[in-house]
Amino acid sequence: MGDWLSYTLSDFLLFSARTYYRLFELYNRAIWPAQILALLLGLVVLWRLHRAGAWQGSMVTMILAAGWLWTAWAYLLEQYDTINWAARYFAIGFVFEALLLIWLGAIQGRRFFRPYRDWSSRAGLILFLFALVIQPLIGLLVGRDWKQTEIFGIAPDPTVLATLGILLTMDKWPPWGLMIIPLIWCALSGATLWTMGSPDAWVMPVAALIALGLAVSRVLSARGQDQET
Amino acid sequence: MEHSHCLNRRSFLGSLAATSAAAMMWPLTGAAQPGPVLTRTIPSTGEALPLVGLGTWITFNVGNDNEARDSCAAVIRAFFETGGRLIDSSPMYGSSQDVVGYGLQKLGHPPRLFSADKVWTSSASAGPSQIAESRRHWRVPRFDLLQVHNLLAWEAHLRTLLAMKAAGEVRYVGITTSEGRRHREFERVMRQHPLDFIQVTYNILDREVEERILPLAAERGIAVIVNRPFRQGALIDRLERYPLPAWAAEVGARSWAQFILKFILSHPAVTCAIPATTRVDHVRENMAAASGRLPDAAMRSRMIASVEGR
Repeated sequence: MGDWLSYTLSDFLLFSARTYYRLFELYNRAIWPAQILALLLGLVVLWRLHRAGAWQGSMVTMILAAGWLWTAWAYLLEQYDTINWAARYFAIGFVFEALLLIWLGAIQGRRFFRPYRDWSSRAGLILFLFALVIQPLIGLLVGRDWKQTEIFGIAPDPTVLATLGILLTMDKWPPWGLMIIPLIWCALSGATLWTMGSPDAWVMPVAALIALGLAVSRVLSARGQDQET
Repeated sequence: MEHSHCLNRRSFLGSLAATSAAAMMWPLTGAAQPGPVLTRTIPSTGEALPLVGLGTWITFNVGNDNEARDSCAAVIRAFFETGGRLIDSSPMYGSSQDVVGYGLQKLGHPPRLFSADKVWTSSASAGPSQIAESRRHWRVPRFDLLQVHNLLAWEAHLRTLLAMKAAGEVRYVGITTSEGRRHREFERVMRQHPLDFIQVTYNILDREVEERILPLAAERGIAVIVNRPFRQGALIDRLERYPLPAWAAEVGARSWAQFILKFILSHPAVTCAIPATTRVDHVRENMAAASGRLPDAAMRSRMIASVEGR
């Protein structure tokens, strides 16, 4: 136990920040123009969120699941695994999350998303928009090359935050089971970036805490209403 | 704590006398003119090894990035041109082994290479297959040195490595640790097994190994490889805010990196330090630290005092 306490995060970092972000550059080059398709699918999600209907739940969750599966294969296994042997285990987690999303949307039954139901749902929508539009620009703002941009549906961080945001807009209680893997990824990503000295290392952990806080407050609020009635 | 006072002047002079300077001309291009590189002998065989080697942790883990792979190959080329021999890697270091293999192939497999790798798996039975895989990555017929990485499943792996050595499949066997972990167990293995090498963390601020590990290595005739000489660069970042003391020139140190390396290399039990870098100018600077004068005991104390106050 004492031996393990002597380890720091830097002991587990296997690559430099330069290599890490250069990987996104090479990845973006390799998959072009998949980025455009991914952003279009993000807009489809946004459109479906505003149009409740029979296919809303399954379409949104299928697009999210496709993003998780693509990221697991094309990024984690094909790219990240070349510099981080743990990436193959992360990929398993991403595939599992995709299966959960498929189960949620297509198998468990119709689930609806209501982004304007209450303030926590609205915050979920904002989190999704942040992942879709703002997060890809953060790298530019902190001085990284635009070619290293991380985009929803094809890169893990924005895919994870977008998913957390969508889950917060669900019409029933927050699906805790589906939030576990995204929250773990936020911690892992934050720790990796912090160890590399990335100035935006705080983004994923802070977003995860906000999402977790919103989910908890929603449960507490629902319980309060139950007791009043 | 002034561990370096354990070294008296006589032991210092005796050990430094054993350190030989050899003009190691590497005929890779003929363009570079390497200077004389100080060497120390591996106690178990008497083979001479340059005092500075090349680490690959983080720096060589660049995946399939061809541009970065070529940069690493340029570092390896500069390393050999300046008289280097020992390159150290591990299956733990991502793509580093394969990038070393790429560089070696590009350079036509320099015959002066001293290949040092590790076995790193909790499964005893997976050791031999991992070593074979590592060898394929390096593109070498056999390793010069194989070490049990961080004492992971060391009993089984050490048996494997010693059997390989007996069969002529590896020349030297060792164990490693880093950041001062498991030193008591490390000592026990050193006492009870016929090791050729140990690898430990040692630098001007992390000097715990001076108390027991380094003296034990000297007593048992075990060569010592020093990892993390710059604390992953943090030590240089910290010191570069200050001007290099003028008296550093007395031992030929022209930069903080050379100052730190010369301190490490001047310990008589140390056989080789393995700084890692991605830059050709840095590898030349590091190799230059293994030439000229090395600090004596008094100078080492002065160096410690100057760094600890910063």
